[in-house]
Amino acid sequence: MATDILMPALSPTMTSGKLSKWLKQPGDTVKSGDVLAEIETDKATMEVEAVDEGVLSKIVVPEGTEGVAVNAVIAVLNADEASAAPATPAAVAPVAATPAAPAVAKPVAAPQNLSEPAWGETKPTTVREALREGMVLEMRADADVFLMGEEVAQYQGAYKISQGMLDEFGPRRVIDTPITEHGFTGMAVGAAMNGLKPIVEFMTFNFAMQAIDQIINSAAKTLYMSGGQMGCPIVFRGPNGAAARVGAQHSQCYASWYAHCPGLKVVAPWNAADAKGLMRAAIRDPNPVIFLENEILYGQTFDCPVSEDFILPIGKAKIERAGSDVTIIAFSIMVDVALKAAEALAEQGISAEVINLRTIRPLDIETIITSVKKTSRVVSVEEGWPFAGIGSEICMTVVEHCFDWLDAPPVRVAGLDVPMPYAANLEKLALPQPNWVVDAVKKLF
Amino acid sequence: MAVTPEKTKRGKKPAVSMDRDELFAAYASMLLIRRFEEKAGQLYGMGLIAGFCHLYIGQEAVVVGMQHCIEQGDEVITSYRDHGHMLACGMDPNGVMAELTGRSGGYSRGKGGSMHMFSKEKGFFGGHGIVGAQVSLGAGLGFSNWYRENDRVSLTYFGEGASNQGQVYESFNLASLMKLPVVFIIENNRYAMGTSVERASASRDLSLNGVPWGMPSLAVDGMDVLAVKAAGEQAVAHCRAGKGPFLLEMKTYRYRGHSMSDPAKYRTREEVQRMRAEHDPLDSAKKHLEELGITEAEMKKLDDDIKLRVQAAADFAQASPEPDPSELWTDILVGV
Repeated sequence: MATDILMPALSPTMTSGKLSKWLKQPGDTVKSGDVLAEIETDKATMEVEAVDEGVLSKIVVPEGTEGVAVNAVIAVLNADEASAAPATPAAVAPVAATPAAPAVAKPVAAPQNLSEPAWGETKPTTVREALREGMVLEMRADADVFLMGEEVAQYQGAYKISQGMLDEFGPRRVIDTPITEHGFTGMAVGAAMNGLKPIVEFMTFNFAMQAIDQIINSAAKTLYMSGGQMGCPIVFRGPNGAAARVGAQHSQCYASWYAHCPGLKVVAPWNAADAKGLMRAAIRDPNPVIFLENEILYGQTFDCPVSEDFILPIGKAKIERAGSDVTIIAFSIMVDVALKAAEALAEQGISAEVINLRTIRPLDIETIITSVKKTSRVVSVEEGWPFAGIGSEICMTVVEHCFDWLDAPPVRVAGLDVPMPYAANLEKLALPQPNWVVDAVKKLF
Repeated sequence: MAVTPEKTKRGKKPAVSMDRDELFAAYASMLLIRRFEEKAGQLYGMGLIAGFCHLYIGQEAVVVGMQHCIEQGDEVITSYRDHGHMLACGMDPNGVMAELTGRSGGYSRGKGGSMHMFSKEKGFFGGHGIVGAQVSLGAGLGFSNWYRENDRVSLTYFGEGASNQGQVYESFNLASLMKLPVVFIIENNRYAMGTSVERASASRDLSLNGVPWGMPSLAVDGMDVLAVKAAGEQAVAHCRAGKGPFLLEMKTYRYRGHSMSDPAKYRTREEVQRMRAEHDPLDSAKKHLEELGITEAEMKKLDDDIKLRVQAAADFAQASPEPDPSELWTDILVGV
């Protein structure tokens, strides 16, 4: 009986990958455990082993094919002799695993620049590449900048953000650390106090809880405690918030934790331009900057300015979509949720303005209140928990600054107030979806 | 020193060496620290200094001996028992005392207090209030020297209480792995606040705490400035030669409570008196100096000079105005 061999999912957030090489050919006998092929994921090149035994009858997806969706049939084992002829590449069409996970992320058209200067030519860039470009450009320009973290060098980055950087900058500037967040964070802060400009990668911000004493008590407070003598130019970066199906300890948003503390700046990019422009600004900033990335966004492609000078200011939000009836304020991956909600609302005749905060601390209050004075309604969207969250801060800020302009009370959309569940259906229920935002907005009218 | 496992790398106990002039200078530094701390205690009692105030009295030989091993450009970092380190680094007693009184003339313009002062110029990196945190930071100072490929060395001080913190061992591992030029100095004054080292550390010989990382170490009589200097020279030379970190356990003793508010019920008055009478670092240095021919007149003059210096610092610290209210909002972020 014929058995389909499917494109495997090799990481929590993988939706597609490149079939880089076949190690077995049609007609070969394969045993369970034999390496069939090599697959390049968003994180690494992995070997795919056979699970079943038999004769490989057909290769459906030829080697070199990019963007092969998870669960697509890539080969067939033990097919009838009659149909065992090798497939021709022309006949191959990668199949999407689910409608919600397209095989290849389509470039999202850069929204009209509504609140910042144009940077000229752009090119499709993944958030992963944009983060790397931001770091590489700054490291070329300043010998005091270095990258340190778990698996950043020889492994090429747990999420491939730092791929190739060890080759370019060498082991003194791209440094693998042991798994000791508290110790290496303190070490990086000490180096920053002595004038270096470290970029500390946390494999995820969940692990930075081990090091949060050094981030708050040492990095954020020393400038003040020293009467301005001892600054700490450092970037703490890594994926923040939920990835996909990684459970409660690996799925937390720390935006409100860090945003609470004077002495820190907190940024949270959404698209590739945000990632590159804010990364460069964060590295150049003489203060400690918390740089909250999102694992699901790493593989998404957006148009990003190619200019060598491209940089974005910290502390300035961006209006991603102009509207007149309601202001939706979001950051990081929730900008995408907000834009989808705005699209759905437009179909229902409601014009929503979407603000991408980009920076959480210092909060761009001016952009928020200008928008809310225009729309008279506001909804905040965040993935983190609602209690004492960024949404609470935004809503209170609106109340303080433009209460009299409001036609309805501010509303928060946030992740549910529960530890993140593992089950696929429960996880989806715990995270804000576009229809949550649509429902929240409609209650304001 | 306790039994040393043969397999571990341990430093040799070196010969003691400080000539007459150097010992006199070291004695002067120790005396300045002692008189300064006595004055700080007095000002605390008068309500001019508040909050936490951890005095260094009894431990003077440690920091002074170590300071005689390093050069301009080397870095020093320690915990909150830091007044002695600042004075030994050459920081101005006026600025230190004015910080204790929370005045604008203080090193942190009154915003740091006893536990948080810094001087880049003198290579002093604080002044840290979270037990053990300065050990990772000190590894980072060593890292910056490694990164810049210079031959600077960082002296990283912490108490035996901090030596039980996890990040201390993370730092030992990192420093040994990367061969960072850091001298880790445990100031074992036997009491972490009210808990004796026997009640807090399963390790009975803290100088062995670097052994798993292959870090050479010495246990040192921290009440003897000559012994401290001799051991410190060996440790600093090791680091400067690029051989990685070195651990020193300074066996010392604090005469005063953990902080000013500590009634010190966890030890007997007799124990403190015995340490003062038999092991005082100033007394033993003075005795050596007398053997080396220092005259009574020279000692008297030094005593008088230091008393005047400390009184001047106390006067400055009381005369210096409180920080302007606008200072509340400065130095939160650079460039804001």
